[in-house]
Amino acid sequence: MHMFAILLRLAWRNLWRNHRRTLIMLLAIVLGTWAMIFMTALMRGMVSQMVADGISVLPGHVQVHHPDYRDDPSIANLISISDAELSERFGTANFPAWATRIRVPAVITSEYESRGVTLLGVDPLQERGLTFVDYDAVEGRFLESADDTGIVIGRKLATTLNTKVGKRIVLMSQDPENEIADRGFRVVGLFDANVQAYEENYVFAGKTTTQKMLRVGDQVSELVVLGDDFRDVEAEYNKTVELIDGRAEVKRWIDLDAYLGTMLNVMDGFVLVWIVVIFLALSFGLVNTLVMAVFERVREIGLMLALGMRPINILGQIIVESLMLLAIGLAIGTALAWAAVQPMKDGVDLSIVGDGMEMWGMSSTLYPELLLSDVILANVVVLLLGFLASLSPAWRAAQYEPIEAITKV
Amino acid sequence: MNLVFRLAWRNLWRHPRRTWLTTGAMMFSNMLLVFMISLQFGMYGLMIDNTLQAFTGHLQIQAPGYIDDKKMRQTVSDIVPLTETLRAEFPEQNIAARATGFALISSEDRSYGIAVFGVEPAYEPGVSTLPGLVTDGRFLVGNDAAEIVIGAALARNLRVELGDELTLLGSGRDGSFAAAVVNVVGIFDSGIADFDRSITEIPLGFFQDVFYMDGSGHHVVINAGSIDGIDVLQARVEAALPAGADLVVHDWDALQPGLQQAIKADMSSAFFMYGILVILVAFSVLNTQLMSVLERTHEFGIVMSLGLTPGRLGRLVLLETSIMGVLGLVLGAVLGGLFTYWFSVNGFAYPGMDEMAAKFNLPARFYPQVSTLSLLTGPLVVFVFTVLAALYPALKLRQLHPVEAMRAV
Repeated sequence: MHMFAILLRLAWRNLWRNHRRTLIMLLAIVLGTWAMIFMTALMRGMVSQMVADGISVLPGHVQVHHPDYRDDPSIANLISISDAELSERFGTANFPAWATRIRVPAVITSEYESRGVTLLGVDPLQERGLTFVDYDAVEGRFLESADDTGIVIGRKLATTLNTKVGKRIVLMSQDPENEIADRGFRVVGLFDANVQAYEENYVFAGKTTTQKMLRVGDQVSELVVLGDDFRDVEAEYNKTVELIDGRAEVKRWIDLDAYLGTMLNVMDGFVLVWIVVIFLALSFGLVNTLVMAVFERVREIGLMLALGMRPINILGQIIVESLMLLAIGLAIGTALAWAAVQPMKDGVDLSIVGDGMEMWGMSSTLYPELLLSDVILANVVVLLLGFLASLSPAWRAAQYEPIEAITKV
Repeated sequence: MNLVFRLAWRNLWRHPRRTWLTTGAMMFSNMLLVFMISLQFGMYGLMIDNTLQAFTGHLQIQAPGYIDDKKMRQTVSDIVPLTETLRAEFPEQNIAARATGFALISSEDRSYGIAVFGVEPAYEPGVSTLPGLVTDGRFLVGNDAAEIVIGAALARNLRVELGDELTLLGSGRDGSFAAAVVNVVGIFDSGIADFDRSITEIPLGFFQDVFYMDGSGHHVVINAGSIDGIDVLQARVEAALPAGADLVVHDWDALQPGLQQAIKADMSSAFFMYGILVILVAFSVLNTQLMSVLERTHEFGIVMSLGLTPGRLGRLVLLETSIMGVLGLVLGAVLGGLFTYWFSVNGFAYPGMDEMAAKFNLPARFYPQVSTLSLLTGPLVVFVFTVLAALYPALKLRQLHPVEAMRAV
């Protein structure tokens, strides 16, 4: 223990003998650490936002459908359990949020235009908190109940259809027997979404009204459950499987949207690659600094060895010196990255490339996300690899023959 | 000069380990940059070409405002004669006319709302890859035949096969009811279910009859093969339009605003990473050169008192750095080139890439293209920063006083 304290002091003093060199290396480590963590926070924020947006449309962390629904999203593939029974089972299960919906393709027609859309027959009370639509920001009003006879459409779609709040439109779809099912609706509200495609693709009508129009009785196309954290939905998934009891297909969102699911995984891999790449770029300088530090101290290392210091302690001293340098750099770099993220907490506006972000499936506001696990990962990886990188110069220093080393000029 | 060069060369190899470590840092980042840039630009090229050639084309002639509203009434009148004229004017380009409508497509069991495109069967293969993707049956032949080509996913959902009949229900140009019965003659399979579900094609002449188009259409699509020189072509097409016609020519960036921006967004995050890498290398060089200058203080003092000016010494240091930089550049570019070449033959893929690739019409394996540009851009930037980093130690020499310097150990 006493030895270790001496090593610490020696290493610390050695570090500042050539303060210019140490400072430059420190600067490089700080910059590297900052870039690692800052960039990771941006990337994480992007992916989280993307997944959050994706789930809010998908929507739901755990979803229940008829087994054939996913390949054939038609009204003929409804969940075989009635809505009333589903409500009874899920109503008492204490999920943060859950809802049942009709979700079918339809054609919407105004007196001027027709468009293909996805019709969502919803119960607005269940749906609050699940959907991407902000009820209070709707122009006009959102649906008021499941048997509301109005329809809420996106602002962009309204422009295309040349319609507005108060006007009538016609929805066409099919019933389970493939008879054309159509019905006139009055537009009661226009919603805005942060991704324009949603404004074009989704229309909301009352669930009961939709069931009547499509002549499906008390059945629904999907049931969705929202958990507390989209990264971990196992608890909700297991409970849902139990409640459904094999009578419909239960899926996690990750299984439903391959793109989002892989993005999340690819991100984890990318973070590690990014950290390692930065470290490698740093490592050349780090090893170089150590090699130099050892080289200019050959005589004194020889002297210490001659005075009876054990080679292992020489080794330890160099490694401690290197780890100290890294630790200081990491601490400052991490602090700077944290500071850099703070002013961006309320979101960074990326709307200049908004359409492009939309192509990647992201919205145009970026909220960086500084995860403790990433900070720890970066620090641990750097310290660990830094330890490995310093082994070689430290090992060489420990191998000096005292006599040769002392006589070296 | 020769003498200075020899001096610089020998100085470099006084500490071969240090020199190699510094060169290694350059080589590492150069290799990485060559690979990443080759991959990136190859990807962007593919992304643009595949997306545009799939369906959109590089230029489109439309009625003013159509691009935003896509209303049925915003037409290009007498579209076929206009297209003929353009084909005569630009024999080297692939040009075809299209019209777009929405309809509820019904088979015996199912109905879906979907976009219907009227295309010129003879010319469509020149502006879209879709006709080539017909795996079952054939593409459209007659201009007035009651035929339709649909995607594989849609065929599966509609439960139809070749030869089956489909009913189209929609609204015509004047808002009146449009209906037709068509024969499925071809099924295309792009491998992307969403794309397969979003497009159906019928002959233009037939489309014009069914939707009461009165000889008009919505887009004249020009496939220029690549985006090089598209501005010039756009100006020429604009000039070739009949005088007084109320038409606009949109380039690919206007037609697919997301594409360019997705590339920009991706590029800016990539450049941030490259920038960090280059700066880290520059720090590594700065550290090395500063060390090599400081440890030679004594020797510099002597040569200065012998009459060598600080300016010449500074040039010596810069020359040393440049030699090291050239070494890193050449080795990095060569190794990076070989590394990338291997992937350009064998392809590059990482887990999860297929999902992302499909979103941008990309193949699941990339073949990065090695070009002079991708080979030299990164390494040259690294070289410039390397030399810049050496400026500080070189300028520091100016503060050296021969007498004091000679006393330094």
